[in-house]
Amino acid sequence: MQIIKTDGLTKYYGKNRGIIDLNLCVEEQEFFGFIGPNGAGKSTTIRTLLGLIKQSGGSAEIYDMDTVKYKRKILKQVGYLPSETAFYPRMRVRELLKFSAGLRRADCGQEAARLCERLRLDTSRFCDELSLGNRKKAAIVCALQHNPELLILDEPTSGLDPLIQREFFEILHERNRKGATVFLSSHVLSEIQRHCTRAAIIREGRMAACGSVETLAGTGAKRITVHGEVHPENLPGVQDLSAGDGSVRFLYTGDMNELLRFLANCHVTDLTVAEPDLEEVFMHYYAEGGNTK
Amino acid sequence: MTIFKHELKQGRNSLIIWTASVSFLMLVCVLMFPQMKGEMEDVGEMFSSMGSFTQAFGMDQLNFGTLIGFYGIECGNILGLGGAFFAALCAVSMLAKEEKEHTAEFLLTHPVSRGRVVTEKFASIIAQIVFLNLFVLAAAVVSVGLIGEEIPWKEILLLHFAYFLLQVQIAGICFGISAFLRRGSLGIGLGLAALLYFLNLIANISETADFLKYFTPFGYAEASDIIASGGLCGKFVSAGAVFFVMGVTAAYVRYLRKDL
Repeated sequence: MQIIKTDGLTKYYGKNRGIIDLNLCVEEQEFFGFIGPNGAGKSTTIRTLLGLIKQSGGSAEIYDMDTVKYKRKILKQVGYLPSETAFYPRMRVRELLKFSAGLRRADCGQEAARLCERLRLDTSRFCDELSLGNRKKAAIVCALQHNPELLILDEPTSGLDPLIQREFFEILHERNRKGATVFLSSHVLSEIQRHCTRAAIIREGRMAACGSVETLAGTGAKRITVHGEVHPENLPGVQDLSAGDGSVRFLYTGDMNELLRFLANCHVTDLTVAEPDLEEVFMHYYAEGGNTK
Repeated sequence: MTIFKHELKQGRNSLIIWTASVSFLMLVCVLMFPQMKGEMEDVGEMFSSMGSFTQAFGMDQLNFGTLIGFYGIECGNILGLGGAFFAALCAVSMLAKEEKEHTAEFLLTHPVSRGRVVTEKFASIIAQIVFLNLFVLAAAVVSVGLIGEEIPWKEILLLHFAYFLLQVQIAGICFGISAFLRRGSLGIGLGLAALLYFLNLIANISETADFLKYFTPFGYAEASDIIASGGLCGKFVSAGAVFFVMGVTAAYVRYLRKDL
């Protein structure tokens, strides 16, 4: 079953581009990554899915329900963690959690207590006195305490220390194993590579690529390391070139035979051809004039 | 009811401060009456011969020497302005503050319709206005009792009812404005309440500006007219009701479609 499906989803803020013709598909129980730098359109996509902003064109469905028509019904099943957390002044964390549960007409006391214990969150503190990390923890509990079937997380780990990050992802994987679908938007590529099964890359409001994380990491480009007297600067398909210690490293997207012919004419002492990690693929998609297909 | 209760909690301190301030000023004012009563013959003559100033505040029609005359002018101004400012501040920030403080994202990603948000928020404004007015009325009645005067129930109730309507109307208009704002809104609320007050003063001074009373709720909450006629002017109240409905409708229409 497709949990999130967008068809030509487009959003313009006046004349400014938000997202353009976005076709996204997230399957049930997937741990889906959504990658892109700031301003690429990640948050716009999420805000459109959640009904905070109205799309300029196209459509979006969650659980086969139109996100505009059935917003309330959809939100009952969704837990959302915003990138920037803002809470009401003069409110204690426990009051905030109760308020959030009240808005859902649900009693989430037990689950909230369990999550607060795992994330080491003091519920007696006032929200406006919390550090960035603790505010994030409070937002995580709000997003998870009602056991949602779909988790939409926008830059969830910013501000969290590594130990809490690990605990947080453990909780997410537990939920995922129990059947929850996770939609994780991030620009921390290692996070996506470590936790997600599939991912989409968004570039300047458009989908640059979408597929399994393994496939994306192997999209044509190879990481080449050559030791010896080699100067491949002018070879077509060479990107991200760096040299030092008698070796050169570059990302290669050109014809492999061309590369081998070129290297045959050089003095090569060692050669390594490796799959690039996701970060390198990401840079490949974002390199000026980079291939977007 | 969750948002309604939440808003009452959020506005509790402000409501207590405004209610206490208006009640205290009213109490002090009424307690001053016995002392001033004896000096009123001269003062009354002076107040009734100040030309435009006399007309602006309705002192040409009210007798300062009677409790209700004194109450209508002094307390009327305190509750009229104080209540109007409170209603304006409370309503103009009610929807806008969610965007200003970036809490709209938190609130509206819960399964609540925007219609419910608007309704419960507006209900909380009305509840706060009702609380302020009931408390102030009680304080007024107690203070009149304290100085040993007979309580002119009909006039006092009519006056307080008029000020309640005035606050509700201003709240309705400011609530509508609130839906269009994203950031600072308090200045707009205070400015509007002050503008409406001065429009009535202008209408009182000049007969050619009498039509302004249709545009300001202070037009039907004029103590001198209410006490003299024993009721509220239906035309002005009806005009006020139209502005109120327009404000609240604008709030719903705008907020239901707004990108947040």
